[in-house]
Amino acid sequence: MSEFFGFFILLMSNGILIGLMYSLIALGFVLVYKATDAVNFAQGEFVMIAGFMAAGGLMVWGAPLWVAVLVALAAMVAFGFGLERVMLRRLIGRPVIAVVMATIGLASILRGLGPFTIFSGTKPLPLPIPDEPFILGPLFIPPIQLVGGLVSLGFLVAFGWFFLKSRKGIAMRAVADNQQVAMAMGIDVERYFGLAWAMTGIVSALGGILWGNLLGVDVNLALVGFKVFPVVILGGLDSIPGAIVGGLIVGIVENVAAGYIDPYVGGGTKDFAPYVLMIMALMIRPYGIFGKRIIERV
Amino acid sequence: MSIGHGAFMSVGAYTAANLANRLGAPWPVTLLAGGLMAALIGAIVGIPSLRIKGLYLAIATLAGQLIIEWTINHVTFISGGVQASIEVARPRLGSYVLSSQRDMYYFLLFFVVVAIVGTLNLMRTRVGRAFIAIRDQDIAAEIIGINIFRYKLLAFAISSFYAGVTGVLYTYFLGIANYEQFQIGVSIDYLAMIIIGGLGSVLGSIFGAIFVTLLPIVIRYAMEAFGGVFFEPQTVLNLIPNLRLMLFGALIIFFLIVEPEGLNRLWRNIRSYFRVWPFAY
Repeated sequence: MSEFFGFFILLMSNGILIGLMYSLIALGFVLVYKATDAVNFAQGEFVMIAGFMAAGGLMVWGAPLWVAVLVALAAMVAFGFGLERVMLRRLIGRPVIAVVMATIGLASILRGLGPFTIFSGTKPLPLPIPDEPFILGPLFIPPIQLVGGLVSLGFLVAFGWFFLKSRKGIAMRAVADNQQVAMAMGIDVERYFGLAWAMTGIVSALGGILWGNLLGVDVNLALVGFKVFPVVILGGLDSIPGAIVGGLIVGIVENVAAGYIDPYVGGGTKDFAPYVLMIMALMIRPYGIFGKRIIERV
Repeated sequence: MSIGHGAFMSVGAYTAANLANRLGAPWPVTLLAGGLMAALIGAIVGIPSLRIKGLYLAIATLAGQLIIEWTINHVTFISGGVQASIEVARPRLGSYVLSSQRDMYYFLLFFVVVAIVGTLNLMRTRVGRAFIAIRDQDIAAEIIGINIFRYKLLAFAISSFYAGVTGVLYTYFLGIANYEQFQIGVSIDYLAMIIIGGLGSVLGSIFGAIFVTLLPIVIRYAMEAFGGVFFEPQTVLNLIPNLRLMLFGALIIFFLIVEPEGLNRLWRNIRSYFRVWPFAY
């Protein structure tokens, strides 16, 4: 019995840590949706190019780690601002689906860019974090996941404070709530849109570095982006706590499901369970746990 | 709007391949069965559409795609194992086996024409008008007495039926059913087609399909001719698929920003220009 229980606890704890790392990526998605009502189907590709840049700086040019991280962060911020200016600003006021399709197009471009960049093939992204897991009773905790979880929680607190207390955060919520009224109140809507995309860039850069360390950097890193959807649907598209809770649920469910079902079906449950969960969530509570309900009028 | 059509194609393709190989069914049977199977699965994926729409629906179809992809790939009965492929015999008309490229071309063309005529006429029937009403304003449509649930599922079923039939035909064309033909990338290709062609128009989807199919061929020739100037020959071969991805992405974005109604609109502009040609205004 205790062995059974220990196995369950182990799956849970790994799920929680992986889930927090999903939350980090989902946070980027939620930030953009919250501020600009745009849905970013290229979130996984954001993470991928950030990983490419960090790994490129580290492995190809041999830059020290902090330089590579800073370069990746700066580049992603610039990318976020640039993207808003070149592409998304022109799509303001168009149907949501237009933005969805534009970001799918963007995802396609970024994925094709991979081999054009400085290297192709999987590259490791080593971080100065020890490999040996901490052992606490039945728990094995890989340090990288612990760091990832802590970074996610840090961002949760930081963004929570930002949106609730800071002047810029309040302005951003105003923009999200009603663009026209925000403009009338003297808020520079376009600047805040740019800022939201840049913030997504920062989150994605960190996500790319952490996930790149875990999985290795190549085009497949973008597949992590698909996991964003179950996370944000469960948590609610426009909710920062929702991103964390959704991430935790998805992480736990996929780990526990994989632990118990994988032996019978020959693996791959991890890529399956979250989407079943998501479809169920869509049928029962489409706006997520913390999401804003949309009421429609004819 | 669906991001799952690649998966519906695969449902059709694998249904047909299994029927043909296990039961020796002739192609009209497998074609119909593949289409109906895809329609059934499509309707199931469409069930959430009762409560959600737009963005949420797009995400739901994405989930459908990933789940179907996974199921087909992992259930040995359907696909013959992970990343395996099933061979299918060529279709035959009477005793004549359609084997050459040209035979297949006319074979496929026939179905394309049937599909186009069918769709154009569908839009003029009671069902078609109900679809348009729901698209424009679904709550209003419900109030004037359209059964939304039924028609939404029907729309999903019809659309997946087309996808399923396409999957079957594609399988016959290639001679094998392979997991890789139907991955998420395929769904994105179709998205590119309808956006480049023009959303919600039959003519536009034809333009889009032609354009999207020709583009990679043009890219390949261009790269083979000029690519050697900049890169090693081996690199050129590797670059072609990536260049294709990038160009598709760029075209989707370009058309969304510059001409949301796609090639269909350009075609209409050209036509109306020439109708009054040399006396514009």
